[in-house]
Amino acid sequence: MGIKYMEEYRDPEIAGRIADNIRRASKRPIRLMEVCGTHTVSIFRNGIRGMLPKTIALLSGPGCPVCVTTQKEIDTFIRMAGLDEVIIATFGDLMRVPGTSSSLQKQRAEGRDIRMVYAADDALKIARQHPDKKVVFPGVGFETTAPTIAATLLAAREMRLDNFFVFSAHKCVPPALFALMGNQDVRIDGFILPGHVSVIIGTRGYVPFFQKYRVPCVVAGFEPVDILQAIYTLIRQIESGKAELSNDYRRVVTVDGNTKAQQIMKDVFEVRDAAWRGIGTIPESGLKIRATFSDLDAEKMLDFRVPESVEPKGCCCGEILTGRKIPPECPLYQKVCTPEDPVGACMVSSEGTCAAYYRYQGSGIGGQGSGARSRGPGVRDQVSGRERDKSPCTDS
Amino acid sequence: MANAKILLDHGSGGKMSHRLISDMMLPLFDNPVLSQMDDGAKLELGGKRLAFSTDTFTVDPIFFPGGSIGDLAINGTVNDVAMCGATPQYLSVGLLIEEGFAVADLEKILVGMSQAAAAAGVTVVTGDTKVVPKGAADRIFINTSGIGVIPEDVVVGSRHARVGDVIILSGSIAEHGVVIMTQREGMTFASDLKSDTAPLHLLVKRMLGVSRDIHVLRDPTRGGVGTALNEIADRSHVGVVIHEDKIPVKNEVLGICELMGFDPLYIANEGKLLAFVGPAHAEKILGAMQADPNGLDARIIGEVVSDNPGMVCLKTRIGGIRIVDMLTGEQLPRIC
Repeated sequence: MGIKYMEEYRDPEIAGRIADNIRRASKRPIRLMEVCGTHTVSIFRNGIRGMLPKTIALLSGPGCPVCVTTQKEIDTFIRMAGLDEVIIATFGDLMRVPGTSSSLQKQRAEGRDIRMVYAADDALKIARQHPDKKVVFPGVGFETTAPTIAATLLAAREMRLDNFFVFSAHKCVPPALFALMGNQDVRIDGFILPGHVSVIIGTRGYVPFFQKYRVPCVVAGFEPVDILQAIYTLIRQIESGKAELSNDYRRVVTVDGNTKAQQIMKDVFEVRDAAWRGIGTIPESGLKIRATFSDLDAEKMLDFRVPESVEPKGCCCGEILTGRKIPPECPLYQKVCTPEDPVGACMVSSEGTCAAYYRYQGSGIGGQGSGARSRGPGVRDQVSGRERDKSPCTDS
Repeated sequence: MANAKILLDHGSGGKMSHRLISDMMLPLFDNPVLSQMDDGAKLELGGKRLAFSTDTFTVDPIFFPGGSIGDLAINGTVNDVAMCGATPQYLSVGLLIEEGFAVADLEKILVGMSQAAAAAGVTVVTGDTKVVPKGAADRIFINTSGIGVIPEDVVVGSRHARVGDVIILSGSIAEHGVVIMTQREGMTFASDLKSDTAPLHLLVKRMLGVSRDIHVLRDPTRGGVGTALNEIADRSHVGVVIHEDKIPVKNEVLGICELMGFDPLYIANEGKLLAFVGPAHAEKILGAMQADPNGLDARIIGEVVSDNPGMVCLKTRIGGIRIVDMLTGEQLPRIC
C-alpha cells in the first residue's frame, strides 16, 4: 500500500499548541465554512469543535458529492437500473441515497443488477466481462473524481467498448463558492477549501472567486493539525482585517494543480449549468460529456423523461449545505430522518453533514468537546434573524 | 410497511439488525434467557450451567488470507460460547451448499474446520447437509452451534458492566473486516494483512484463572468495537469512555480505512475480545492476557463511568471528545 503515516499531523502537543493560539487570537464571533465533506468528518471524528473557543462557528458546506446529487438524478439512475440488460456499477455511498420513492439499495433488493465498485475502472472491467449487457456508471463527484472517470471514458474508447456508459452528474467546487457568497442570506467569514479538489485545480482555481469576494480562504489538508492550522490562518486573516487566499496544504497542493488531470477533464467534459440538491441551479457548475464521446454518454441512452422531483417536505438539506441551518434545526433531523431511513441526502453519505452530526454527537451529550460550544453567542440566524442560542447537541 | 424488503443493512450487526431482532423476533419468542441478548444463551440443565450459542456464516470470498469460511464457522461459535465464560466442548455443523459447488473446495473447507476444531479442543458431534439448486444460494453457507459448561462462580454478561470497571481490548482491531474488503472483486490492494480469526477460549480461561472479577466478555465481530461497546453501555446502563491513542490499529488497516472512508471502530474482528473487569484486578488480568498468543497486544482502552449512561465517548488523540454511536448499516465506501 505504501501509505505513510504522518504522525506529526496528529500530534496532540502540536494540536494543543495551535488550539491555544486560536483561543488567544480569536476575538470576535465568526462563521467559518469547511466546504468539503471529508473535512466535516475529520472535524467530528477528532472532536475539533470542542477544542475551539465559543467565538468560532464551523459550518459544513456543499462539498459532499452524494449530498448535492439531485433527487432527479437518483431517480434517473433508478430508472436506468430497471432497463433491460443494464448493470449499474456505482460507488457505495450512492446506494442509500433516496430518490423520490426508492433507492439503488432498495432496487437491488428488488432484483435489479446493481453492483458496488471501488473505482470507475472496476466498472470498465464489468463491462468487459459482460459484453451482452450495458454497464452504466453514475459519474458523481467533484474535480477530484472527474479526471479518473474521464480517463475511464478514454480507456473505454481505446478498448473500443460499446457497452460502457457514464452518466455525468459531476459538479465543480468554485462555482458553488460564487453561489454561496452571492446569496444574500448566507454569511460566511472565511472558507476552509477542500484539499483533494485543490490537488487537481490548484490554488489558481479559486483566484477568480477570491478576487470577486475578497473573503479569507485557506486550502487545508485533512489531518487534525491541518484543520486546526487552517482555522488559525483564517482567524489571523479575519482579526487583522486582511483577506488572503492561503495554501496550508503545500505538501500536495500547488498553484497550478494537476495540469494533466485538468487536460483529461477538458478533453472529455464540457461545462454546463447544473442543479445542486437543495441549492438549485448554479451556472456553469456541472460537467457534461462532450459530443465526441456521446456514444459513451448514458444520457443519450434515455428515451424517457424523468419528471422534475420535489424535495421532501420539511427537508432542510439546502439550508444546511449553504450554512444557513445546522442539522438540529431541521424539523426532520433525528425524528424522521436518520441514517437508517434518510430523507435528505445530507443524512446518507458518511460525509454528509447530518450523518456526521448524527453519528458523532447526535445523541445529545453536552459539555466540552461535543460541539455544545461550537456556536458563539450573538451569532444571528441570517434567515430568521433570530438569535440562535440552541446548541447543536442539546435538543434530544 | 407491507412492501418492505430485507436489506443487507439488516444483517450488518448494527442498528438495523437490532431493530429487526427487537421488533420482530423478541416479541414472538420472548423468554428470560433470550431477552438477555448475549452472544450465547446461559441455561441450567441437570444442575449445570451451560452456555449454548448458534451462528450462521456467509463470507465472500470463501477463502481469504488467514483462513476460510470453515475456520470462521468453528472459531465464531467457539468464541460465542467462550464469551459466556464457558469452555466450549461440543459443536454441531450444518452445511447449505449450492448445486455445482466444487468438491475440492468443500474438502478444503472441511479440512480447515477439522483443524480449527482440533486447535480449539472442541468436538463436532452432529451435523446436517443440504444441497439447493444452482442460484438458490451463493456457494456455501455454514451454521454451527456450540455448547459448554460455565464454571460455578463465573458470571459474565453484557448487563454486568459496573461503574469503575476497566475495559481491556485483546489486540489490534479491524483486521478481519479489512482483509475481507480488500479481497472482494474489484479491490486491487496488495497487502500482507491477514484475518485475525482465532479461538479465544484459552485466552478466556487464562483470564478467569487469575481473577473472577470479570463482568463482561465480548468478541466484537460484525459492527466492530464501537457497536459492541454501545450494546454493553446500553444494557448495563453505564457510560463508557475509551481513548483513541490506546486502541491498537495497524497502520495498514488505518491506511485502507482512510482511503475508503471507513471507521475501524465499526469493522469486524474475528479473534479479539473486550473485557470489562474490576479495577483492582485489571493489571493482573491484562498480564495473563499478554501471556496468551491471542492477547499479546492486549491494552487497557477505557473505563466505565456513571455519566451519560448508555453512551460511548471517545477521547480523541488530539484532546477532543466525540460520541461513538452504534453502526447503522453496512459502511459504504465513499466517492472521494
